Amino acid sequence: MRIVVDVELCTGCETCVSSCPYDAIVMKDDKAFINEYCQLCRACLEVCPEGAIKETETAEAAAGTADRDSYSGVWVFAEQRDGRVADVALELLGAGRRLADARGSGLSAVLFGADASEAERLIHWGADRVYHAEDPIFEQFNDEPNVELLSRLIEEHRPEIVLTGATPIGRSFFPRVAARVRTGLTADCTSLEIDPETGNLLQVRPAFGGNIMATILCPASRPQMATVRPRVMKRGEYDAARTGEVLKIEAGGVTSRTRVAETIKEVSETMVNLQEADVIVAGGRGLGRPEGFEMLEELAGLLGGAVGASRAAVDEEWIPYSHQVGQTGKTVCPKVYIACGISGAVQHLVGMQSSDIIVAINKNPDAPIFNVADYAIVGDVYEVVPAIIKRLREVKGR
Amino acid sequence: MKIVVCIKQVPDTAEVKINPETNTLVRDGVPSIINPYDLHAVEAGLQLKESLGGSVTVLTMGPPQAEAALREAVSIGADDAVLLTDRAFAGSDTLATAYTLSCAVRTMGFDMILCGKQAIDGDTAQVGPEMAEFLGIPHVAYVGGFEEIAPDGLRVRRQMEDGYDIVETPLPVLLTVVRELNQPRLPSLKGKMKAKKAEIKRLSHADIGADVERLGLAGSPTQVKRIFAPEAKKERKALTGTPEEQADRLIEELRGLKCL
Amino acid sequence: MNYFLTEEQQMLRDLTSQIATEKIIPVRAELDEKEEFPHEIMKVLAQSDIFGIFIPEEYGGLGMGSFELCIAVEELSKACLGVSTTYAANALGTYPILLFGSEEQKRKYLPDIAAGKRLVAFALTEANAGSDAAGVQTTATRDGDHYVLNGTKQWITNGGEAEIYTVIAMTDRSKGPRGASAFIVEKGTPGFSFGKKEKKMGIRASVTSELIFEDCRIPKENLLGREGMGFIVAMKTLDQSRVGVGAQGLGVAQGAIDEAIKFAKQRVQFGKPIISFQAIQHMLADMATQVEASRALVYAVARHIDSGAKDFSKVSAMAKVFATDTAMRVTTDAVQVMGGSGYMREYPVEKMMRDAKILQIYEGTNQIQRNVIGQALIKEAAGKENG
Repeated sequence: MRIVVDVELCTGCETCVSSCPYDAIVMKDDKAFINEYCQLCRACLEVCPEGAIKETETAEAAAGTADRDSYSGVWVFAEQRDGRVADVALELLGAGRRLADARGSGLSAVLFGADASEAERLIHWGADRVYHAEDPIFEQFNDEPNVELLSRLIEEHRPEIVLTGATPIGRSFFPRVAARVRTGLTADCTSLEIDPETGNLLQVRPAFGGNIMATILCPASRPQMATVRPRVMKRGEYDAARTGEVLKIEAGGVTSRTRVAETIKEVSETMVNLQEADVIVAGGRGLGRPEGFEMLEELAGLLGGAVGASRAAVDEEWIPYSHQVGQTGKTVCPKVYIACGISGAVQHLVGMQSSDIIVAINKNPDAPIFNVADYAIVGDVYEVVPAIIKRLREVKGR
Repeated sequence: MKIVVCIKQVPDTAEVKINPETNTLVRDGVPSIINPYDLHAVEAGLQLKESLGGSVTVLTMGPPQAEAALREAVSIGADDAVLLTDRAFAGSDTLATAYTLSCAVRTMGFDMILCGKQAIDGDTAQVGPEMAEFLGIPHVAYVGGFEEIAPDGLRVRRQMEDGYDIVETPLPVLLTVVRELNQPRLPSLKGKMKAKKAEIKRLSHADIGADVERLGLAGSPTQVKRIFAPEAKKERKALTGTPEEQADRLIEELRGLKCL
Repeated sequence: MNYFLTEEQQMLRDLTSQIATEKIIPVRAELDEKEEFPHEIMKVLAQSDIFGIFIPEEYGGLGMGSFELCIAVEELSKACLGVSTTYAANALGTYPILLFGSEEQKRKYLPDIAAGKRLVAFALTEANAGSDAAGVQTTATRDGDHYVLNGTKQWITNGGEAEIYTVIAMTDRSKGPRGASAFIVEKGTPGFSFGKKEKKMGIRASVTSELIFEDCRIPKENLLGREGMGFIVAMKTLDQSRVGVGAQGLGVAQGAIDEAIKFAKQRVQFGKPIISFQAIQHMLADMATQVEASRALVYAVARHIDSGAKDFSKVSAMAKVFATDTAMRVTTDAVQVMGGSGYMREYPVEKMMRDAKILQIYEGTNQIQRNVIGQALIKEAAGKENG
């Protein structure tokens, strides 16, 4: 896609020039011209009073992979840590099945490390086939062995689509695979669909710090690679009776220049940085007692988020200052902010009101927090939160 | 030790807003800044130079305006600055960008390359590892601490979801760094004065021996089909009923919005 | 208003403003609450070359002047007077060396000072010698190749944290004011210790301590200038630094009015933001006018000093007295504009009001400043009559 100015309609008013975050619009012969530095953010389209700025299809395409159409199959690289397959792999098998069905092809998983029972699990969660390499080199995660072996498999078996989780592991080594195989990789996808017309994979992802969404294509190169955020895709159905093929792969000659000397696990609540968390569960004076935070920690843990607090809770010494959100604490902008027993004083709102989704749970229906909440729950925190926790556990199957 | 830090000039996405009526970005008064993660990379380079000696060169691929970002890096303490600018680079996706940068870095020579974890406009975190692959060197991503630094190798902390790994790597190596690594220093007055007069080296595609077919739009396997605003904020919803019903509805809503 | 700053001066303002916003404002309330010395901020100032502003390039500084120093002090003061006092007192302690030091002394001390490696303090005040500086009783007795110091200094800013002290002591009691001399004393010299750290109304991040000299032997090379020049050194030093105190007043007043306006715009009473009420607008108008007048005076005096003027006691006294009296009024009014909130420690203005008071007292009380101005007027009039 490209953005161009229709010079017939352009009046040279220059309104678009200052709207561009990349300064990619210049005036040529009194008409606006969008130069090559355009990043396709579309900020200019709407500001033009004449409607002279338009989107067009991209004319040229990259040369692409030879024998593009001979590539077939959907692969999920199943990340494992300490011999256990990561949940995101199971979610990707769910998504992968839909894509494979749409393409009329098979779904395979690739597993490096872990043992045969984990490979079997992948079949039960939906894979038709598992390429499994068992080698001590995969006990610790190093990029190069994974890059080398996955690239070899891709070159040999020519899958059309290869997915993995957008985790520290996936986001580290997948780009190297894409570079080695010279294909396109789209990071952090929130949605994957097959375009019924072209059969291409439509990869949707956020950009500009989440301010806009972009649909990305990799039309000419194969495989189409993507990393997907955990907890975005739905797992498929677990079928204990499901059978499939497990192919043993030799990891011969694969080496690593880096070495993991030690692995340190840390307690989850300190690891999740408040300002980087996607989900924050915050507590205020309405909790009434410090034990309330234990309940919030449990909920945050289930949601993979962090625990925040209003100033009132911190002043009561129910939780350390490092968790404080608000004017005299931290400013946060998570996807979901769940305010429990927080009244919503201006000083607190200032720290969290730009959260994407605000859920407020409070006994008082007139609490100011409900003015900014997307979901208002009037109720007792000690009844509603346990109910949420219980339901979440049921839904997640644990 | 010759340290090259790759930086990017980006619009300050924290300040970018969406016009609710037209669902497009509003730029007005949004400044261009050095990608915040890159500031941590520059700081890391300066600290490494202070322990091991050598030099810190900052490199960016961008339009002529990107020079301002390079000068800012010089005011913080970088020794040299290089701007990779050429119409041939326009329209590059991460693969083409990584290829271009790696050609440049190869001609410049290096012992270590530092990058920020990701750029706050693209958010892909791909260019660093892809560069390492093109250069044939190892990389460690998400470095949050240095355990040991020696002229022939490093021990670093690599952040993982549930803790961190201590990874040993030989040199040369490419590292991508996270915020926890350090506290970036502010510019110095002498630095600002030096930055004002600094000579920024400009490189075009011919200067870096790049294969034209792998640059710009032609060298970019991915392309943008469509841009749209994320789902607009819905009407405020009151969730009523028993606590169990409220919990059910909430979870349903959040799943519908792909938050769970 | 455009004060026609050069590019370098603007760079300096931008940098010190960045430091104020990113490094000082987030911690000022805590430093005040805990009465904690701002070590980390001093490191940032050192790394950003701020300590070297007024020190000549040949000693590792930037060779700028009083005006540039005022810009830096102003920006730091907007954020926290405790921090800016620590910085400004450092300059105060350096001036004796800068103005009266020998080449050896300058080369020995100025580079570390310019790099912010060692902090400095100026030690004149004693229990019996405040406004009456001639009441100094600390003695410095010549003994072979040394001087031996005995006595106590009171309320010395940076006392205990500084490593270099410029001290005024009596070498010859019989000569009265002409019997004082100035010395450089280093922390760690045997016989030099520190007494209590004072608990203050404001500028609590700044450390104020007693200095105790008990048979403290210092090398004769540490004498600044010649014996008997002590009060000249002190007076010239204070002349030089006085406009900087004016800059402090200017900074804190600006910081206070900025907070007051920010608050008044969003505080709604009687259905409107309070800034729409005339009573508030008039207060803010008076505050803003006085601050602008302070700025114009402080900047004019600083530039006058930098132009090489020989005698600037009167005008620097005017800048100090006007800007600091303004600061007290403006910070008090800022609290008033913000009402109950202004009184709460949650908001920064009550601290600014507590901090501002000292500006009317130290480096020559505003009563002494008025004496200075009065005396200068008399002298000028006499000169006119005669000339």
